[in-house]
Amino acid sequence: MEFRDYYEVLGVARDATQPDIKRAYRKLASKYHPDVSKEADSEAKFKEVGEAYEVLKDTEKRAAYDQLGSQWKAGQDFRPPPDWDAGFEYSQGSESADPNFSDFFESIFGHGQHGFDRQGAGFQSRGQDHHAHVYIALEDAYQGATRGITLHAPEIDTKGRVSTRERTLSVKIPRGVRQGQHIRLAGQGMPGHGGAPNGDLYLEIGFNPHKLYRVDGRDIYLDLPVAPWEAALGAKLKVPTPSGAVNLNIPAGSQTGKKLRLKAKGIPGKPAGDLFVILRVVLPEAKTESARKLYHDMEEQSDFNPRASMGV
Amino acid sequence: MVSKQVNITLSGVILDERSEVTLDELCQACRVDQSVIMALVEEGIVEPVAGTLRPCRFSGTTLPQVVRALRLQRDLELNLAGVAFALELIDEIESLRKRLQRIDL
Repeated sequence: MEFRDYYEVLGVARDATQPDIKRAYRKLASKYHPDVSKEADSEAKFKEVGEAYEVLKDTEKRAAYDQLGSQWKAGQDFRPPPDWDAGFEYSQGSESADPNFSDFFESIFGHGQHGFDRQGAGFQSRGQDHHAHVYIALEDAYQGATRGITLHAPEIDTKGRVSTRERTLSVKIPRGVRQGQHIRLAGQGMPGHGGAPNGDLYLEIGFNPHKLYRVDGRDIYLDLPVAPWEAALGAKLKVPTPSGAVNLNIPAGSQTGKKLRLKAKGIPGKPAGDLFVILRVVLPEAKTESARKLYHDMEEQSDFNPRASMGV
Repeated sequence: MVSKQVNITLSGVILDERSEVTLDELCQACRVDQSVIMALVEEGIVEPVAGTLRPCRFSGTTLPQVVRALRLQRDLELNLAGVAFALELIDEIESLRKRLQRIDL
């Protein structure tokens, strides 16, 4: 596995003070937090930063990490020293920590205690609720879909050993679901103890990026390239929508940026969303002699001045 | 040990504006005490359905809001006033980004 240089991740020196580390984390966390940043790799970056901070903010963990020595470089093949005991005792558990820390983290600090139900036998308690993300195509929100979802749940056996139980559920994604919404599956969370009911499973819906459409809540946006004559003279055009192509009338005298609304062609529901078509006038290239002549004719016969309002 | 279990197709409930969750369900789903949710209510981060103060019920859309608020509080080590402020700014950035996307052809 690869060595992780937590100091490098946070951009601090090995002798940085705890307040330095906190400041560096704050800065990076607010930059890469997935709720704030929209950069494609922000989530991975945030996890890296969070893992580094989890270790360096805690003086005990930091001391253990420092014991590995400063000769290691990020990305180097790393194996914990043979006398290394992953069973360091930490006064603070990693309960708030992200359960997806790297193998490197786990090889040094063990599994931590995140997410396990540690209630003893003979105790009646409802199983914990479980959360998972599901990514679907935009079209699935129009038609509904069935998705196989694989969940990994930590389990402790009778001897106290931790293992991962994998289960695959087949889940119906209802028509009309929107980005960021949660779907609740009653009783599909962690098992209850002592006859108490199971927890629930919550699926958070995300849409895969689409090459044509942008999504805003229930509404869909589509940029539609049109030829200058289509925009100027008006036209009846075939336009794609997630529920199939439709005919759309482009009014004469349209410009780039003109917004046309296709009512109830957005994500279905009560009320259904709308689909907005944004026109983008695209000029044909003046590559051939005949194309150049067309532009020259327009230039000669038209007194059009696109800068008339600029007073020049 | 890896065990597999394939079920029949399950159908869930979308938590949207037309569905409701109870205070208990929110607490279970987010693994927090009632006091945590009530603090979010006091700060105006989430709002119960009108007229259901005891027992409190919330719109189904509240769950993602609570998840997001608690995530920000934990990850950025903010107090609740800071979370409320950050959420307002994030929502504003989000709507500006969407406007920008529409203009920036």
